[in-house]
Amino acid sequence: MQLDSKIPAGSLAEKWTKHKFNVKLVNPANKRKYDIIVVGTGLAGAAAAASFAELGYNVNAFCFQDSPRRAHSIAAQGGINAAKNYTNEGDSVHRLFYDTIKGGDFRAREANVHRLAEVSNDIIDQCVAQGVPFAREYGGLLDNRSFGGSLVSRTFYAKGQTGQQLLLGAYSALSRQIALGKVKMHTRTEMLDVVMVDGKARGIITRNLITGKIEAHSAHAVVLATGGYSNVYFLSTNAMGSNVTAAWRAHRKGALFANPSYTQIHPTCIPVHGTQQSKLTLMSESLRNDGRVWVPRTKGDTRKAKDIPEAERFYYLEEKYPTFGNLVPRDVASRNAKYMCDQGYGVGASKLAVYLDFKDSIKRLGKKAIEEKYGNLFDMYQQITNSNPYEEPMMIYPAPHYTMGGLWVDYNLMTNLTGLYAIGEANFSDHGANRLGASALMQGLADGYFVIPYTIGDYLATQKYDKIPTDHPEFKKALDENKAHLESILSRKGTKTPDEIHIELGRIMMNYCGMSRTAEGLQEARKKVQQLQHDFKNNLKMVGTNDELNITLEKANRVEDFLELGELMILDALNRNESCGGHFREEYQTPEGEALRNDNDFAYVAAWEYTGGAGKDPVLHKEELEFENVKLTQRSYK
Amino acid sequence: MEHTGRSYTIKVWRQKNAQAQGSIQTYPLKDISPDMSFLEMLDILNEQLLQKGEDPIAFDHDCREGICGMCSLFINGRAHGPLTTTTCQLHMRSFENNETIFIEPWRAKPFPVIKDLVVDRTAFDRIIQAGGYVTVRTGSAPDANEILIPKAIADEAMDAASCIGCGACVAACKNASAMLFVSAKVSQLALLPQGQSERKQRAERMVAQMDAEGFGACTNTGACAAECPKQISLVNIARLNREYLSAKISSDNVEEYVPIK
Ligand SMILES: Cc1cc2nc3c(=O)[nH]c(=O)nc-3n(C[C@H](O)[C@H](O)[C@H](O)COP(=O)(O)OP(=O)(O)OC[C@H]3O[C@@H](n4cnc5c(N)ncnc54)[C@H](O)[C@@H]3O)c2cc1C
Ligand code: SF4
Ligand code: FES
Repeated sequence: MQLDSKIPAGSLAEKWTKHKFNVKLVNPANKRKYDIIVVGTGLAGAAAAASFAELGYNVNAFCFQDSPRRAHSIAAQGGINAAKNYTNEGDSVHRLFYDTIKGGDFRAREANVHRLAEVSNDIIDQCVAQGVPFAREYGGLLDNRSFGGSLVSRTFYAKGQTGQQLLLGAYSALSRQIALGKVKMHTRTEMLDVVMVDGKARGIITRNLITGKIEAHSAHAVVLATGGYSNVYFLSTNAMGSNVTAAWRAHRKGALFANPSYTQIHPTCIPVHGTQQSKLTLMSESLRNDGRVWVPRTKGDTRKAKDIPEAERFYYLEEKYPTFGNLVPRDVASRNAKYMCDQGYGVGASKLAVYLDFKDSIKRLGKKAIEEKYGNLFDMYQQITNSNPYEEPMMIYPAPHYTMGGLWVDYNLMTNLTGLYAIGEANFSDHGANRLGASALMQGLADGYFVIPYTIGDYLATQKYDKIPTDHPEFKKALDENKAHLESILSRKGTKTPDEIHIELGRIMMNYCGMSRTAEGLQEARKKVQQLQHDFKNNLKMVGTNDELNITLEKANRVEDFLELGELMILDALNRNESCGGHFREEYQTPEGEALRNDNDFAYVAAWEYTGGAGKDPVLHKEELEFENVKLTQRSYK
Repeated sequence: MEHTGRSYTIKVWRQKNAQAQGSIQTYPLKDISPDMSFLEMLDILNEQLLQKGEDPIAFDHDCREGICGMCSLFINGRAHGPLTTTTCQLHMRSFENNETIFIEPWRAKPFPVIKDLVVDRTAFDRIIQAGGYVTVRTGSAPDANEILIPKAIADEAMDAASCIGCGACVAACKNASAMLFVSAKVSQLALLPQGQSERKQRAERMVAQMDAEGFGACTNTGACAAECPKQISLVNIARLNREYLSAKISSDNVEEYVPIK
């Protein structure tokens, strides 16, 4: 298989403009003759579905929640980047491009990232016009804040609820099109499969989560906007329903899955509190501006934090990284916390936590100043943990948060399957091996509002108007296969519940394919995951039928795909004999313990082809990354 | 952190599907940590039911961070339980050891029960479809800083925009009125300059859709705002009344509004 990224020729800054001019256009009068399926209506999917409908296409959109307004984009707190340079600090499209490429540890495509930076400004304009209440200065202009990995303030925000407000903006545009009849919205509906006819994606199979009805939907193109797969770790900051099923089923049908092992573990989350926890909550990373991270100098110290004298506290980040101290990047902070706990210095009941202490800043700035800055975060912390962070240090531990990997797409955001697109967190495109804060919202909306509406036309303009009826043999075959598969799952009457298997998978992935990885550990993990796959087949505990709202079936159906994805992540991590961004292989580090890239051998996108699952190794395809505009450098925080 | 297991008697509404008759079922539950969230307590009960081969209790939830608005539940007679948070942000430490806890779905005609504790809230989506937007095609917006908005106005709009669409206001209201929800969206867009062109039409249409969905009248009891997990203020309802009245008396909305089905 030859991977063609379809990056347009020309200078970096002109590629997108030229490409927009060169793409084929569909006559406005003919757009209504084309049907597009959009699976997922988070930021990426809602923006795309609304924009397609405005252009005149007929859209069928799907989400598993009861409303598009509840997609997990809603939980993003911090903000969204754009190269507006409203702060007069010398920001520019090129600087945003450079920061993003470097932040991704030089493992993303230059052309894609540059386009992202170019359209970033249009996103802010669009969202403001929709009525998104971004924070303002007293003069009425938009306010900005700064975020990690950048020296300029370019982040737009709406209190601590930026994702919510952006999503509600996209949802309102989508709602308008639903009322106009241009979008048919299918809520509480989960995609099970992609249907290929004559080598092209022509539809999907879905399950109605209330009635269990399995249905076929036909279209001229299919867009997946189904979000990330952090829930492979079971415990993550993602929503309970976030899943990889749509992307994975496309992968099974031949779509390549790129860089699955690039995952981001966020350093400041509320630790696990017992064995029954269901999800983890993120605390904004801005807390590291004023909090000091420490553990007791003595292993297994059981004293309360306040009883441990200053001299017996180990401020490990400050000692190890005197320049950056507590403000080292996400991946470094996370790895160090894990390292300390692995060594036996962890605190709290589970010993899987470190302190984030505000005592000194409260002394220096006063309680009121800290309250003004972080009041709502402190309240949230207290609400969850029942401990008062003004008096006792917070306890934090890293948690899986974002997945840079995803379906492989070309410059047009089309997967290697003709007519099948992937946008938002579901694709692998713009963040390389590590994503900077406030750039996922930017990417989702860039893909949905400003990239795919153009690039999909280029494809549709070459397609006939003919619709394929859903009684076509390929649809019928897919329907039958999916029904039979669900029946087979339902017939299993073993002893392990889907959650038990998921929790076990999460533990394996976190221990061996999380913040730091070794060849030996990964080999071990692969065996354990295969054992779990076996358990899922032979010892799964199921109840109920397919013809009803069946939460056990919903879970099992998703867990099965996580089990296969987990194995692929492990293989990808094994294959990548280097450390880069979120992928840290202990064998490859600098003498100071930092990630050591190997640009000669690994400056490529690892795109995996499915060959039959369980026991059959996937095939690796490499897309070499070419850097013509940036110089590859080693990151340093000393 | 305290780690003593507590015991509870859980009395929960079970209903097989929309057509079936429902009833309260009783389940004893042991070894619950006070640090556990309310929904994690239900997860445990569900795992135990599944292990016994019984159907777990269906309830809505997703983010478990108090922001998606998916969780609901009427707990001991109160929407989202005893605190003014969402149910997913409620912890077992809010309940005494050996307490009996009653869990029911939102009760309101426009929110029919789908199964157990899951209700259909799509009426809210249709109200937004009726007019809860600013018409702006992708790509047609002016530079963001061309629209000046005083900070106080932006902050007030933001407060109204914080509504998560959970429906607690409806569930808490004896008339099942959706005024707090509708007023939050109408207020956000009426306050902002971007919302002015469609201001009258928006108020009229959203109220018409709300009525068509069968939500009850507002009698200014304030139960909605008292239970709202996002502190949406009653001031918004007053504003909606003004918006609606002034839209009606000076209506330039010539077409008859046909409610969305
Ligand atoms: C706690 C948290 C905080 C964050 N903060 C920030 C931030 O401050 N700034 C930033 O830039 N990024 C942030 N991120 C990342 C960012 O929010 C996400 O990457 C982004 O919102 C993903 O958008 P999306 O549209 O791709 O997917 P989502 O919003 O996850 O939407 C997925 C959609 O797909 C649907 N779906 C999924 N599977 C199926 C299926 N099988 N069938 C049918 N439908 C399906 C869902 O129903 C949903 O509609 C944060 C993430 C988290 C978890
Ligand atoms: S107004 Fe409050 S209670 Fe009502 S839907 Fe919005 S957030 Fe929920
Ligand atoms: S689960 Fe999202 S608000 Fe409760």
